[in-house]
Amino acid sequence: MKKQEYLDLYHQMVLIRRLEECAAELYQQDKIGGFLHLYIGQEAVSTGLISARQPQDRVITAYRDHGVAINTGIGAKEVIAELLGKATGTSKGKGGSMHMADVEKNFWGGHAIVGAHLPLAAGMALGDQYMGSDAATICMFGDGATNIGFFHEALNLSKVWNLPVLWVVENNQYGMGTSVARASAVGEIRQKADGYSIPNAIADGMDVLSVRKAAVKALKHVRSGKGPFFLEFTTYRYRGHSMGDPERYREKEEIAQWEQTDPIGIYQRYLIAEKIATRAELEEIEMQAEAEIMEAVEFAETSPEPAPEELYTDVYVQAG
Amino acid sequence: MAVKTVREAISEALWEEMERDEKVFILGEEVGVWGGTYAVTKGFYDHFGEKRVRDTPIAEAAIVGAGIGAALTGLRPVAELMTINFAFVAMDHIVNEAPKLHYMFGGQMSVPLVIRTVSGGGRQLGATHSQTPDVIFAHFPGLKVVAPATPADSKGLLKSAIRSEDPILFIENVTLYQTRGEVPDGEHLVPIGKSKVQRQGSDVTVVTYSKMLNVSLNAAEELAKDGIQAEVVDLRTLRPLDMEPVIESFVKTNRVVIVEEGWRSYGVGAEVAARLYEEAFDYIDAPIKRVAQAEVPLPYNRNLEQLAIPQVSSVVEAVQDVL
Repeated sequence: MKKQEYLDLYHQMVLIRRLEECAAELYQQDKIGGFLHLYIGQEAVSTGLISARQPQDRVITAYRDHGVAINTGIGAKEVIAELLGKATGTSKGKGGSMHMADVEKNFWGGHAIVGAHLPLAAGMALGDQYMGSDAATICMFGDGATNIGFFHEALNLSKVWNLPVLWVVENNQYGMGTSVARASAVGEIRQKADGYSIPNAIADGMDVLSVRKAAVKALKHVRSGKGPFFLEFTTYRYRGHSMGDPERYREKEEIAQWEQTDPIGIYQRYLIAEKIATRAELEEIEMQAEAEIMEAVEFAETSPEPAPEELYTDVYVQAG
Repeated sequence: MAVKTVREAISEALWEEMERDEKVFILGEEVGVWGGTYAVTKGFYDHFGEKRVRDTPIAEAAIVGAGIGAALTGLRPVAELMTINFAFVAMDHIVNEAPKLHYMFGGQMSVPLVIRTVSGGGRQLGATHSQTPDVIFAHFPGLKVVAPATPADSKGLLKSAIRSEDPILFIENVTLYQTRGEVPDGEHLVPIGKSKVQRQGSDVTVVTYSKMLNVSLNAAEELAKDGIQAEVVDLRTLRPLDMEPVIESFVKTNRVVIVEEGWRSYGVGAEVAARLYEEAFDYIDAPIKRVAQAEVPLPYNRNLEQLAIPQVSSVVEAVQDVL
């Protein structure tokens, strides 16, 4: 990687962190409605993973999607505008926090029914296989999604049809408030891929370079026509499942322990130790991210609400 | 014009659309090597190959879900669910994914997916395999629900469905496959969302769709022997529901019977009746009557099952009640 690429990854991670902190504030100010699931703590997974994709590769994820949106190239402006329900948001204000997408950037959402987007990912991979494209579909989901039937139907189909799909589980240790140990028959989620003869690997989801390395290798496999691959990233969310989570299911000490391995901290120390960047350069990136978020909030706040007529647009493509 | 069965008409529509557009393909249980559970896709596998006639595992959520995903990439999948009773295990994808994506993402995505399935009872398959829950699916904006009865409509509507940019649930009826009728030669397209008068009459309006069209037409013949002329309106599409021909007929007859194979409660009859009260109240001369399935899980026993499903006599009696 060139220096600029290293710095870009740092910028994306910091931008996501600032965006999520800002979203939490906006939520507390009642400017964001509905549910709000923050990505704080997991930034390295999406950042490293998506940095490994080619432009033709599709990305689809679950409802914790703000970070993924940033990594696929959507501006903080459009993300925050969507959070505020504005016409300038990624989904014209009709999707909200859980339903962001930009098809032009090959980001296919933002899906809020646990596991339901996995069969969709299989279908998109089928579309690329059918048309003879070398694109891969990168499908991200949480550990909780691996206990639902959709997961098993989709994994099975992907292997039976040898589909170019990269399954990526972000194991953040909890499905809402239920730990993996209490919800999943196997502790290491990737073992489930063995049940479908899908080759798999596990990597440290707190280390953006480990994530990237694992993703590059996995995508090479998928793109070479060898069928699906399954990646597990071990990670942790520092905030609650969503805003208003009472967090009775874990101790403060556990969070503090994981904070020792903060993905941004790890990467920052690495860049300085390896002399890829100076502290001053990183601080400048942090200030730049801060400014971008402030500008994005300004943009979102001053953006128009969707017109009342928008209520009835886009129900169907064709009226008849 | 040539006389064809509903099965032949549907098969032809699929065949012609697959020949016309390479992006059209079929996926579902036993659609390929087996030739289709109801023999609709017989010969397709040999002609089009396994890429375009795809046998799937018995996994309905994966069938519909993968259909949605493929449609998102620009393909035109025709996903087959062996019967509508199995649609419940794919419910999320049918009602909560396919109809939502276009709207929820601000118009960026479209889902040109057809889900073909088979509804209806009367074949002694017991409670879990005999349902007519069509109306459940018609509840959801974003999905279109088409349920033709005649061979011509079956062909023309399926071809339109495959060319549509929106997700469509295309409901066939297993006891209709052998029904014969004239089908126009050459390119034949029927617009989605248009009800049609299938029999002219002036004394009473009978509103129906799918298999109950045949039952209603037979009832109309019975009634004609007594000099009663029933006008039979076939809805053909449950969503979007075209009430225009229904209201036009009702304004003329002032009496209506609504016939459906599914259960009465919250059904097509309830919807059509409510719309008539809302839109044509001044023309009502008699209480609106519904003919529908007995409110029980369908039994296996032939006599009991037939007792539960609307018959020609049920329609005749209902019409006599409103006259």
